[in-house]
Amino acid sequence: MDQLTAQFTGQVEPWVVLSFSAVIFVIGLAGVLVRRNILVILMSIELMLNSVNLTFVTFSKQLHDMGGQLSVFFIITVAAAESAVGLGLIISMFRTLRSVDTDEIQLLRE
Amino acid sequence: MAISPVFFYLFAAVAILCSLMVVFKRNPVANAFSLVLVFFAFAGIYAMLDAHLIAALQVLVYAGAIMVLFVFVIMLLNADVPSFDLARSHAVVKVASITGCLVLLGLFIWAFKNTTFHAPIANFTPENVEAAGGNTRVVSELMFSDYILPFELTSVLLLGAIVGAVAMAKRKAGPNLPPGYRGKA
Amino acid sequence: MLALIPLFPLLGFLINGCWYAFGQAPKGRTKASATVTGVIATLAIGAAFVVSLMMFLQLQGMPAEGRVVEQFLYHWMTIGSFNLDVTFRVDSLSTLFTLVITGVGTLIHLYSIGYMGHDETPGKFFAYLNLFCFAMLVLVLGGSLPLMFLGWEGVGLCSYLLIGYWYTDIEKAKAGKKAFIVNRVGDFGFLLGMFLIFTTFHTLDFAQLAHTVTALGPAISAGIGTITVICLLLFLGCMGKSAQIPLYVWLPDAMAGPTPVSALIHAATMVTSGIYLVSRLNFLYSLSPTALYVVAMVGAFTAFFAATIAIVQTDIKKILAYSTVSQLGYMFLACGVGAYSAGVFHVITHAFFKALMFLGAGSVIHGMHEEQDIMKMGGLKKYMPKTYWTFMMGWLAICGIPPFAGFFSKDEILWQAFHSDHGSIVLWGLGALTAVMTAFYMTRLFSLTFWGKERFDTHAKQQGHDDHHDSAHGHGGAVHESPMVMVLPLIILAVLSVVGGFMGFPHMSWIEHWLEPVIPVHEGAAASAGAEFGLMGLSIALAGAGIGVAITIYGNLATAERLKKRFPVLHRVLENKWYVDEIYDAVLVRPIQFLSESLWKGFDVAVIDRIVLGFGRVSVWSGQTVRVIQTGSIQIYAFMLLLGVVATVGYLIYGMV
Repeated sequence: MDQLTAQFTGQVEPWVVLSFSAVIFVIGLAGVLVRRNILVILMSIELMLNSVNLTFVTFSKQLHDMGGQLSVFFIITVAAAESAVGLGLIISMFRTLRSVDTDEIQLLRE
Repeated sequence: MAISPVFFYLFAAVAILCSLMVVFKRNPVANAFSLVLVFFAFAGIYAMLDAHLIAALQVLVYAGAIMVLFVFVIMLLNADVPSFDLARSHAVVKVASITGCLVLLGLFIWAFKNTTFHAPIANFTPENVEAAGGNTRVVSELMFSDYILPFELTSVLLLGAIVGAVAMAKRKAGPNLPPGYRGKA
Repeated sequence: MLALIPLFPLLGFLINGCWYAFGQAPKGRTKASATVTGVIATLAIGAAFVVSLMMFLQLQGMPAEGRVVEQFLYHWMTIGSFNLDVTFRVDSLSTLFTLVITGVGTLIHLYSIGYMGHDETPGKFFAYLNLFCFAMLVLVLGGSLPLMFLGWEGVGLCSYLLIGYWYTDIEKAKAGKKAFIVNRVGDFGFLLGMFLIFTTFHTLDFAQLAHTVTALGPAISAGIGTITVICLLLFLGCMGKSAQIPLYVWLPDAMAGPTPVSALIHAATMVTSGIYLVSRLNFLYSLSPTALYVVAMVGAFTAFFAATIAIVQTDIKKILAYSTVSQLGYMFLACGVGAYSAGVFHVITHAFFKALMFLGAGSVIHGMHEEQDIMKMGGLKKYMPKTYWTFMMGWLAICGIPPFAGFFSKDEILWQAFHSDHGSIVLWGLGALTAVMTAFYMTRLFSLTFWGKERFDTHAKQQGHDDHHDSAHGHGGAVHESPMVMVLPLIILAVLSVVGGFMGFPHMSWIEHWLEPVIPVHEGAAASAGAEFGLMGLSIALAGAGIGVAITIYGNLATAERLKKRFPVLHRVLENKWYVDEIYDAVLVRPIQFLSESLWKGFDVAVIDRIVLGFGRVSVWSGQTVRVIQTGSIQIYAFMLLLGVVATVGYLIYGMV
């Protein structure tokens, strides 16, 4: 019973949490680089932002400073605003291109 | 940190699995819903780390508002058709990108493993926070005292975002071609 | 006040030059009149003459030892131990030259008003003439070698500008170029001589140099070799400027310029700068018998050589040009035997009669409507009496008939060539032979031009001339005498040719006495009066013989033709000037041109241009290569970002290891 309880309380090293957040970040980064559907790219960006939020919260818990959590608050707000505007852009782009493929939007070529 | 290893590894596994599904599944709706699951897993981890307000906000804002917006847009654009975009050109670039990401991951993990964290710098220990009325109260009080300026600026930012999004997504009369555009109308 | 002498012509140049540059040279402006610009120029040089005269009188009033007037203008530069001031200095020697330059110059300017009356750009002409006078005056008044060199180069420049004055004719332009380039070869020697003087004596100022050399006294014998080299290098400059062998080839070609230019520059003034230089540095030359010998031999040989060519020329100006080369040889012969004052005396008398003859020739050419071939003249005596009588004075002077000016100066030279320590019978022999030839060809010129039957067609002249003749000319095309503005200088110069010789009357020579402070006289071995008068009589007889032979041959042209047929090869060689120009062309000009062209094509175009263009091509190529990363695809850009981040983070972490 104690052993069982011990499974539910104990230590997780901070670096484990941080590297988990790094894994999520890298998965999001891979999504940005690999996928061509622009909606999926935006979702991958949200993944990256979330991993950063987790890093902030971890440090906040570790250093006993609330500044981390407040930063997360603002990051969430800004992410929300940014997705709204980004999705508006996608709709506008879709009206002209009739496609959400990033390979179609290469006007900046050369 | 004194958190439950079992729950942490559980949430972590869900998050990693679902984020892989976000990136590698081809149906955008599947991607969107996987992302929702990721957000829930994250909310759980936040709660374990005593960031209760953030956990709640994560579910409310991210999973509740942003993902709804995403799903609406997917519906509007009829983009729920699966796209076979992994097998087209730039295969080399894709492989190189993934390799680069893995290298970056290696660097991060190595960095985190070999850092030493110093002692806590402030006095928001769990006992003090409990005594002050809980996490939400403490965060809110800080928000309206020390962090009032970013708070107000954020409201301005949201106003700008609203106006911008509406202006951009509005239907305009006539053809909507950008100057110098060479694709199909 | 001394600086006013060169200043007045400089002002004339600026006034006429600015008037031309802003008034006429821009298209569509009116042409200035020759009279106005000519009068400005003549007044400028005339004012300089007045000041020179005042300087001369001032010098006369001073005692012989201190007969120097100096005017310091400003300090030009100091580099290390080298100090250069702009100082004008006039002493016995330079005042004579100044008087000749400004006096004869004024007469020639006056003459040019008439001669250049129909020219398109008289303002430019008079500006150049004044600039020349300015440079020449700086040359003779300069107190140090660099200042003299400034004038030296200035006269070379003006010579080029004035010879090629009618530059639209390519042959005339080439003549100007030839003059300048050949002069430059001489200037190279002058510069080297100047450098050597500075390293040996550490000063370039004439007064200091004279003082240093005399102060060294007997110790100087150690450096005779250096002094010889200095003298020879400077003489190279004189060879170029004063047209001695081998650098005389520019002077006959220089006749392409207008006749007043030939009179002023190539008879009276610029070509005498060499004699001025040697006389000014007589203390150096007197120390080196080798250098003196070279000078004398070159002078004598040039005199002889040029006279042989003059015998068969048919262009009136070319005959006078070769005559000038020959007479310059005489002057250097005088300097080479140590009789510098005799050389200077001959400079002055030569200026009088040669300028007179050139201006007379110009009058003939003008009256014959630009005809210069004496074979097409004849009997001009009755058409141009004033020109005839004045030219006769010059003719008698150059032949050496007493009491005309040329007799005294030439005879003094021949006597010194025979009698002086550095002289020899060979030198005298060459001089005497040249005197015979001089008398011969000058008489040939005179008789073919003014005596005998007319060999020109007055009607043809009228026909061909009216087409391109200015309506303001007025006379209609016949051969005519020149206007008074051109004849007056002739008359004045003729008077000088008659009486000018008396300044150097033997044994009572005013000029030798006057030049003593600058050119010390050393009495040679006592000469018997008999030898001297005997030689004098011999030279008069030789001159008479030359004249007589010429009159006999050319009185009847058939005799001349027969003589020509008797010696065809000799005649052809002399007519082609001993093929010297052709030899120079083959040996010097063509190889240099070939070298230039090969360097141009083989190196400049092939190598340097390729390198420069290559830079451009490399830039373009690299741009096109790097362009590849501009795909326009955001994901590619994001990937680049990733690479950068990995590199940066990796580097930072590596630093923390």
